[in-house]
Parts: sequence; structure tokens; C-alpha cells
Amino acid sequence: MAFLFHLGRYALFVREVFRRPVKHRLLLTQTIKEMDVLGISSVGIVVIISFFMGAVITLQTAYNIELPFIPKYTIGLAARDSILLEFSSTIVSLILAGKVGSHIASEIGTMRVTEQIDVLDVMGINSVGFLVLPKVLAMVFLLPFLVLISMGIGIIGGWSAGTLTGVVPSNDFIYGIQYAFIPFYIVYSLIKALVFAFLITTISGYWGYYTTGGSLEVGHSSTRAVVVSSIQILLFNLLLTQLLLA
Amino acid sequence: MIEAVDICKSFDGNQILENVSATFKTGQTNLIIGQSGSGKTVFLKTLVGLHQPDSGSVFYDARNFTSMSKKERIEARKEIGMLFQGSALFDSQTVEENVRFPLDVFTTQSLEERRDRVNACLQRVNLENVNDLFPSEISGGMQKRVAIARAIALNPRYLFCDEPNSGLDPKTAIVIDELIQEITQEYNMTTIVNTHDMNSVFAIGENIVFIYEGKKHWEGTSEDIFDSDNKALNDFIFASKFFKKIKDHR
Repeated sequence: MAFLFHLGRYALFVREVFRRPVKHRLLLTQTIKEMDVLGISSVGIVVIISFFMGAVITLQTAYNIELPFIPKYTIGLAARDSILLEFSSTIVSLILAGKVGSHIASEIGTMRVTEQIDVLDVMGINSVGFLVLPKVLAMVFLLPFLVLISMGIGIIGGWSAGTLTGVVPSNDFIYGIQYAFIPFYIVYSLIKALVFAFLITTISGYWGYYTTGGSLEVGHSSTRAVVVSSIQILLFNLLLTQLLLA
Repeated sequence: MIEAVDICKSFDGNQILENVSATFKTGQTNLIIGQSGSGKTVFLKTLVGLHQPDSGSVFYDARNFTSMSKKERIEARKEIGMLFQGSALFDSQTVEENVRFPLDVFTTQSLEERRDRVNACLQRVNLENVNDLFPSEISGGMQKRVAIARAIALNPRYLFCDEPNSGLDPKTAIVIDELIQEITQEYNMTTIVNTHDMNSVFAIGENIVFIYEGKKHWEGTSEDIFDSDNKALNDFIFASKFFKKIKDHR
């Protein structure tokens, strides 16, 4: 019953998010601000994670290919496909669900318990739309770019690890990442990023908005936002993979 | 004038307000008093439209606020200013941005005009050179004054204050009380203050509504309180030895 209650309330919440904003100029200003707070500030962590992720994928692939007749460039190919199809979109989104999701839920939750949301409601401002829509727009716009950055850095990480440890020659790795390249894999990853950005921001916004109580409950909302966002990312990853790649 | 007629409100089956009716006059500081948990905050939030009553109506100068459409209500809200218990300033905005916020949202004025209005409002609440500070960088009393400045930025007709003295020292509390009263008279607003501060009751209470266990138990002026034989009111007002002494000396 609780699941149905939250699902229904979440649907109404999302409808409110997209209700006409009070002032478009204000929405634009807020969205740019959120792009900086949520997106640009996440570039660092995305770069670090992607580099090491790419490096580990390359090394693990290399150490698991034992048959001598499998060409070395397969390592580059396998690393590329793993990064493009799964790691850059899903893993980066899961990490951002933690970073951005908890930030959104705690920010909105704190605003709720300190009556800042009531101020907006008293003024007749659609508080859901005012607080959540700029975050949705900012992340939907920026997450695909973060995923593209992650792809590039992941491959650089893979190449660096492969060549520095000597498990794959540079030429073979570069040949591998170009071999049998399917551009749709990038489109597929970007579509997933759009959906995940929407899920992270709306789910985190939802848990933050309906916080009741004090600082302890803000913490609970933040945790719930991360857990539920992560589960939804995994669920939608499965659905989108079946829909787009089957 | 704001009129509440037979307001009933319950949460999860618990009756919080039971047929509460009251009239709050324009140009006066109207007080809602009562013990913690008596239902006075729920009453104030129902008057301001943050809670929808189960039954009963709220009239803003004969306009039925309760039955207004969403669009009409949004328009009516532009005439409302509210001061919250914890000031409720936006943490991420400076003092100037906080006061300018309603002007940014609801007016088409140029930035210069809006800034002039912000400065006028800040001057009115006796604050200067704080425009670029964040709420966390100013004292509790100053935060309350910034919140008052924000509440009056749009020249509201109705001002609601929820425990404006909460967390303030007695001297600052008096400053805030006097400011609310002065602004009420200056702007000819209908002001409703929710409080359990006895100093406020005697200092600015021109029309007082006493809520007890979700019902209106008494209504009158601060002078009438001394002559009232309402037991619940007397137990509440004269709970401290100090106020009891004052009553005995009269």
C-alpha cells in the first residue's frame, strides 16, 4: 500500500513540476545556477571515477583473456564497449544519484523543515515547480555531457593502464577501440542518461519535498532519495536495454 | 478585515480546531494566543491558506478565500505577507536577494527600482549595510527584521506573524513587537500575530483571541484580560508569579 501511495503522490508531484512557471526569466536564472551546483561541480568526480574505471576494465579484460589466439586489440574493443554501453551511463548515474540526489533531497528537505517552502506557498508560487524544475532541466541538459566526458576519460584511463603495465600495446588498444564501432551505442547511452537525470532529480526532489520533522528526518529523506533513485536507475537500465538493444 | 467562520480542522482523525470563529480588524494588531498544542498555529496556517479547513470559511474583506479558485487564490496571495517562527529566509540568498525575491517574482520593475524598494524596506526595519550578507551571518533579531522587510516588500494588505519573538531576548522581542505594530498602522494592514509571549500580549495586543483545546475560549483586549473570569485564560496568562503579582496589584 505504501508503494502505491508514494507512486501516486510521485505522479502528482511530477505533474506539478511541469506546471507553468511564474516567470520564465527566473526559471532560466535558476536553471543556470543549478547547472553549476549540480552539473559542473560533478565534473571532477566523474573524471576521476571514469579514469580508474576505464583502467580497471582494461586490466581485468587483459588478465582474463588467456587464449593466445585471441588478438590483443580485443582488449580495447571490450573496454570500449563496456564503457560506452554500461559504465559511463549507468555507473556514473549511480554515483551522481548519491552525490546530486542526496544534495537535492537534503536541500529541499531543509527548506521544508525550516518553513522556506511555506514562504513560497504563502506567496502563491508553485513551490514544487520553482524548486525542482530548474534541477530537472539542469541535470537533463548536463548529464549527457558528463556521460560523454566519462566515455572519453574512461577510454584514456584504459589506454594509460594498458600501455603503462604493458598488457596491451598502444597500437592494438587504439585499433581495438575503433574496430566494429557502432555509433548507436553512444546514442543509447545518452538516452539512458536523459532518463536517469530525470529520475535522480524528481525522485530526490520528491523525498526532500515531503520531509516532515527535523534534521534527523532530512537525513532519512536524503538516504531514501539515494536508495530509491539507485534502484530506479537499475530498473530503467534493464527496461531501456531491452527496448533499445533487443 | 479577516473573518474566520466556524473553522474545523483535523489531522488523521484528531480534531485540532472545532468551530473557531473570529474577526480580525484592519489597522489593528490582532493576537492569537494559547498554550503549545492548543491549535493556534494550525488556525493561523488555515487563515493563510496553508491548510484547507475541513469545514468553515475564511473571508478576506468579504472575499471567501476558502472557496476561491486556484487562480484567484494566487492573485489574493500577492496581498499577503507572512513572518515565520524561524524567519524562514532563503539560506542560499543574501539579505538583499531575500527581500527582493517577491519583487523579482511578481513585478516587472527594473533592477534599480527593485533595489530602491529593497533599501526602503530595509531602512523601514532599521537595517543598513547588510544587503550583501547571508542569513547565517546576521543575528536572530536581524533575521526577523529581514523577514519583516521581505513580508512588506509588496505592500501587503494582510500580515501574518507566527511566533515572531520566538528565540529572541526580551529587548529584541520588544523591538520586533513595536515594529510590527508601527508597520500595521502605517500600512493600514490587517495583522494577525500568533504568540504565547505575555509581554507581546500586553504590549501590542489590541484584539486578542484565546484558543484552548482547539476552541475559541475568549476574545477581548489586553485590558479586558485583567477582568476576565475565564479560568483557562487566567491559568494561561497568569501562570508566572510575575504576572500574577501584577494582577493582584491592580
